[in-house]
Amino acid sequence: MTSPAYTDNAAPQLSAGPRPAPGPAADEGLSRRLRALACTAPLHDLDVRKANLAGEYTVYAMAEVALAAIDLVTLNMDFDTGADHDQIVTRLLPRVAAQAPRRPVAEHERVARWVLENLINVGSVDRGFRAVYGTFGPDGVYVRRDYDFKLIEEVPGYGGTVYLRATDEAVNVLVGALDTDVTSAQIAAEVKLEVLISRGRLADAQLAAEQARYRTVQYAETLRKTLEATRRNVRAVDWLNAVPDMIAEALDHVADRYRHENAILTNIRKARDEAEEPEHKRRAAELVDIVKDCIRRHTQLQSRLLEAGPLFRAEQDRQAFATPTARTGLDLYGQLVAPLLPLPVEQAIRVTDAFFAHGTGLRTPTSVRVGDLVDMLLTPPVEREHLGAEMPEPDLIATPDDSRFSEEQLASAMELLDLEHDAPRRLSGLLAEARRGGDPDLAYLVALLAVHAASPPVGTAYRQGEQRLLFSVDDGTQLDDPEFGGADLIVGTALLDAAGMAADRTEAT
Amino acid sequence: MSDHRAQHVDAWSEPTAAYTTEGTGPADPVVPAATPPVTPADAADAARLVAFGLQPKLLPARDAEYAELLRRYREEPAFARLADAVATGLGLVVLEVSTRAGMAVTAGEDSVFAVRMGDYARRASSDSADRFLHGLAHLAVAAMAFPRPEDLADDAYIGRITVNGVDSFVRQACHRLEERAEEHGDNTDPATDAPGLEAAWRIYARRSSTGATKDARRLAGSTTGIVGKAVAFLTDSGFLQRTGDDAGGAFRTTARYQLQVRDMAGSAAMAELLELGVVPVTDGTATLLPPPDADDLELAADAGLPFHA
Repeated sequence: MTSPAYTDNAAPQLSAGPRPAPGPAADEGLSRRLRALACTAPLHDLDVRKANLAGEYTVYAMAEVALAAIDLVTLNMDFDTGADHDQIVTRLLPRVAAQAPRRPVAEHERVARWVLENLINVGSVDRGFRAVYGTFGPDGVYVRRDYDFKLIEEVPGYGGTVYLRATDEAVNVLVGALDTDVTSAQIAAEVKLEVLISRGRLADAQLAAEQARYRTVQYAETLRKTLEATRRNVRAVDWLNAVPDMIAEALDHVADRYRHENAILTNIRKARDEAEEPEHKRRAAELVDIVKDCIRRHTQLQSRLLEAGPLFRAEQDRQAFATPTARTGLDLYGQLVAPLLPLPVEQAIRVTDAFFAHGTGLRTPTSVRVGDLVDMLLTPPVEREHLGAEMPEPDLIATPDDSRFSEEQLASAMELLDLEHDAPRRLSGLLAEARRGGDPDLAYLVALLAVHAASPPVGTAYRQGEQRLLFSVDDGTQLDDPEFGGADLIVGTALLDAAGMAADRTEAT
Repeated sequence: MSDHRAQHVDAWSEPTAAYTTEGTGPADPVVPAATPPVTPADAADAARLVAFGLQPKLLPARDAEYAELLRRYREEPAFARLADAVATGLGLVVLEVSTRAGMAVTAGEDSVFAVRMGDYARRASSDSADRFLHGLAHLAVAAMAFPRPEDLADDAYIGRITVNGVDSFVRQACHRLEERAEEHGDNTDPATDAPGLEAAWRIYARRSSTGATKDARRLAGSTTGIVGKAVAFLTDSGFLQRTGDDAGGAFRTTARYQLQVRDMAGSAAMAELLELGVVPVTDGTATLLPPPDADDLELAADAGLPFHA
């Protein structure tokens, strides 16, 4: 969809109204603004085109959903990958649902997908947008030009998956004026944050913290690409000065930010715990999450930085210490690719064609004799006889059920132990309740489970993404019971932060 | 390479002897009886050797007959000349005959064995942007496989590439040009009515690098799709070997690919470039050089590869 709606609009806008003196400088600014304007067009376009959808969709504010989508994608851009398509759709759903609560969930999802697909612009081969605008050249001739841009792009991820990334244009549309110096911008944001927190203005503090996180993401992204470059060709990068300096700088930056953000974290935690008003408390809690995420990203960045050194040495061994050959070869990048790319495509295509014609090798042409073809087509399909001997029917012997407890007993024991996370109970109480059912074995099972929970398999539950975990603690109280002896354990349920753990896990791998 | 050339020198110095043998018969006392005349059986063997060469994935080490014919080629100049003649008659160019590369032949221009862009990718015949991208993908694969001139010259070098790596390599080079144009204050947006004048890098930069498809395959029109097609084709040509599935597919080069790029494709493309009046001058050192000043490593967004041509 290179929407005709706005490409057509662009030209009349230009011809109408008074125009500043057509100097190249004035035109430069104008065309920049026109391009910035074009970046917002796909968003407006969504609201224009929603009327054409099959169904009554005017109730949804599409531009709002689109901005939220770009927001989510930017925030979820990780080191190696981008944001997951389905994840973004899922996270968009609450907002879409809030706009039309009475509509079915399937429709909400459809809207979220439609917005996301239109931001990618699935329909076009480039998967991007094009706007036409006009400029005056240095010679005073009016030229119409094509401006191509993307908002969300799809990038290859690990194992052939496709991830989403917000482009620079999208980030600029989203937060604006982000093309400043990353480091200083972040410092500024964080100083602002500290001031805001100390003055207790949490609403503003959250905004600043979120902006700080955008910058953190952007910083991490640029560093990732630089590190990738150092892996490419040892000679391509100055490993004597420039890269070590850069790595040292980045490590300093990480250390600095880490200290800084931990300080902020302590401050906000204090603010959170001391806040009386629930709204403030909630804001502060959200802030804690954001700053934690910043710290997580910094740690991730640091581990990548530490990998760079060994990688360089391995590549150095491979490339620099090999015996030099007497012959000189063609420098494919320097002598072909680099001079070719700036050429107009009309000319460049001649070079690539020549390379293609001579660089693809040979193909033996297939030629078919009609006689063979007739034979082949008339041959009946071969009976498959090589399937092997027939499998004997396996003789299954029912193993006797020698379990100590039955399934029903386990179910009722689990029901007993299904405790509210904020209301732990004593083992004695649980035992009494188990005996009330009249099944003497049930109490035994409950006791066993409680003892088992004394050392809960936290690691396993963590790996399996469990939501809750049974635990028991000995606080020194003696159990007074006719059947069992020992400590009167406190049995409770702990809630696990499954989402947070999943995030940590991806980070660790 | 050296093997082949050396054999040729021998081959050309001997023919007088070989023909004398034929002409004057075994009775001639000057000619040693060890050089037998060329028989139809020899011609069949020579043709068989060329036929082996037409199966680029076949390795001499895996086939005793192939290895034996190669030995004959190297040891009998007359047989070598015969095999060369058969290849030439079929419209093939002999690149090298050795145990590592086998009978490395490639298609001459207009040969029936030549690969045509229209057969390679259907869209490429109608759409010049696609045609360019397919050609550039092949060039980029080669540039990535042999990043330094030494690598291309060194017979023992084995290049390793991944599909995503090639894509990001070209993308970075394009980005670099975009930045440079911005520094100069050039407006690179092409005029609407003259798409042919659009700079080549923009075509690549504009195309999305991947895309989700309904059946989880690579989007054919995306740049990774185009690079993926190129490496798959080169693998079929016996030029690359698949080594893994990381980063869109990992591959390593074969001796044949190095020969093909070094002796055929590189020079052909270079000649075309020179004809366009572009004369890239280098002194044989790597062009992927460190920036002149360290400030250039400034972390501008996306500036991953510090390219300096």
